[in-house]
Amino acid sequence: MKALVWHGKQDIRYDTVPDPEIEEPRDAIIKVTSCAICGSDLHLFHNYIPAMKPGDIVGHEMMGEVVETGSAVNNLRKGERVVIPFTINCDECDQCRRGNYSLCERSNRNKPLADKVFGHTTAGLFGYTHLTGGYAGGQAEYLRVPFADATHIKVPDSMTDEQALFLGDIFPTGWQAAVQCDIQRTDTVAIWGAGPVGQMAIRSAILLGAKQVIVIDRLPERLSMGAAAGAIPINFEDESVVERLNELTDNKGPDKCIDCVGLEAHASGHIDSMMDRVKQATMMESDRPHVLREMIYVCRGGGVLSIPGVYGGLVDKIPFGMAMNKGLTFRMGQTHVRRWTGDLTRRIDEGQIDPSFVITHTADLKEGPGMYRVFEQKQDSCIKVVLKP
Amino acid sequence: MNPTSTLSTSRPDRSLTTTDRVARGLGWFSIGLGLVEIIAPGRLGRALGLEGRERLLQAYGGREIGAGVWALSDTPAPAIWARVGGDLLDLATLAVGLRDADSEQKRNAIIALAAVAGITVVDLLTAASLTAETSERKGETGRDYSDRSGFPQGAASARGAAEGITPVDFQVTATPERAVAALEPAE
Repeated sequence: MKALVWHGKQDIRYDTVPDPEIEEPRDAIIKVTSCAICGSDLHLFHNYIPAMKPGDIVGHEMMGEVVETGSAVNNLRKGERVVIPFTINCDECDQCRRGNYSLCERSNRNKPLADKVFGHTTAGLFGYTHLTGGYAGGQAEYLRVPFADATHIKVPDSMTDEQALFLGDIFPTGWQAAVQCDIQRTDTVAIWGAGPVGQMAIRSAILLGAKQVIVIDRLPERLSMGAAAGAIPINFEDESVVERLNELTDNKGPDKCIDCVGLEAHASGHIDSMMDRVKQATMMESDRPHVLREMIYVCRGGGVLSIPGVYGGLVDKIPFGMAMNKGLTFRMGQTHVRRWTGDLTRRIDEGQIDPSFVITHTADLKEGPGMYRVFEQKQDSCIKVVLKP
Repeated sequence: MNPTSTLSTSRPDRSLTTTDRVARGLGWFSIGLGLVEIIAPGRLGRALGLEGRERLLQAYGGREIGAGVWALSDTPAPAIWARVGGDLLDLATLAVGLRDADSEQKRNAIIALAAVAGITVVDLLTAASLTAETSERKGETGRDYSDRSGFPQGAASARGAAEGITPVDFQVTATPERAVAALEPAE
C-alpha cells in the first residue's frame, strides 16, 4: 500500500510499504477514506519528539471503513464507517475505567521504555513516537487498529467524512481543553494559538458558556476564523497581549487560559522567545515555552491553565514561584478522546457544530509530503489539510 | 461542505528539497571545519601564514560550530546567511595572512582563498534559495475566513448550549456557591 513515511527531520515521503495484517484477536484493519495533518505531526516533522525511527508511518487523524476484524472483535462489521481515536485504549484497565483513556495502561506495546522515560506509561498512540508504542499511523491507505473493539467511534450515515473526521483528535482535544477549565458563565477564556485545536477550543468555550473568549495569534486568516465564532482577536505582532488582556478584563486578567501552541511557540519580539529559539536551534533546550510563561503572568489569581498544546521534553525558566503564589491550577495531557466523542457526535449530528469549517486544503495522499511544507510554512492561508488516499 | 482549495508543489511526494539537503551538508561541513580550527589552530595558522592568530582561528571555529548546529535545525536560513558573513570574514583574514606569508604559505593561502570563495557562492545561493522557499507567505495578506463560524445554527444559539456539563473530576473553579457549600456546617 501507499503511505506517508517519516525518514528524518523535515523528510516525509510517499512510499510503498507492506499492507497491515491482523496480529491480535482484538485488531481490525481499516481502509482509510480521509486523514488529516495535525499540528503535532509538525513536531515529528521537525524532529522535536524523541524516539521516531526512519520508516515510521505517520498520521493520527484518520477514518475509514472496516475491511477485516480479528476473532475477538464482535462489535464491528465489514463496511462500517469509523473514526479512529489517536489514543489507543483497551477499555479494561484501571485508567480506562476512570475515563483516562490517554493513560491506558495496556495499549502501549513499548511500556517498559515508557515506564523508564516517563516514570509510568501512557497510552499507545498512532503514528507517533516509539515511546508511545510506535504504531503505524493513518496517513496511509490502510491502518491496523489494535484493541479495535474499544478504539473506534462509529459514524452515523448522515455525517460526511469532513464532519466526522476531527472526532478522532482535534475536536475532542479542543473540547477537553475547554472542559478542563471548568468554564463558568462569568469567565473570560483566553486561548493562545488559532490553529486547528485553538479553533476547536474557541467553539468549545463558547458552547460551554464562557462570557468572553479571546484568541491570540499573529496570522490574520486564523484570527478571522476565530472571530467568525465570536472570539475577540489579539494579533501579538500588532499589540501588547498583556495590555490588551488587562483592558478586556478590567485589569483582572483572564480566568482561564488555554495553550493551543505547545513546544514550537513563534519567536516574537519578546527576549525570552528569541532566547528559546536560539537555545532550541542549538540543542540547548527542547521546547519553546513562551506561551506558558505568558499565561502564568497574565492569568487571574486562582485561575486555570489548560494545556492541550504538545510539549516534548524540557522547558527552561518557567516562573513557578509566580504560579505557586497565584494559586494557579494546571490541567494538561493528551486527550481522553472516547470520553467525549459520544456527546460530540450527537452535537454534530444535531447541527450544533460542524467541525468541517476548519478545512482549508484538500489533497490526494500522494501530495501529502508537499502539503506538510504548505502547512508548516502557513502558505496559501493554510489552516487544516485533509488528505484522501 | 466548506470550499477547499488545492495547491501543487514542485515535488509533492517528498518534503525534503535539494536546498534542504545542501544546507545540511553545509551544516556538517561547518561543524567539521570548526572542530579543526579549535583543535589545531597552530598547524592551520602556520600553513596559511596566520601565525600568532591562533585565538582568532579558535574563535572562528566556535562561530563555524554554532552556525553548523543551527544549519541542522528546522530553520537553517539564518545560519546559512551567517555563514555567508563568516565567509567574507575568512576571505579578509586569509588576504591579510597572504601579505606576510612565505612562498609555500602563499600557495596554501591562495588555495584556501579559492576554496572559501567557492563555498561562499554555494552558501549565498543556498541562503537565497532557503529564504525564497520559506518566505512564500510574504506578500500574502491572509485569506478572510470570517464566514466560517462552525455553528450551522448561528453563534448566538451556540453560546452556552453545553453549559454546566463539566464532569466532577474536572471541576476546579472556586465559585462563591461552591465556597459557601464547603463552609456550611453539616446538618
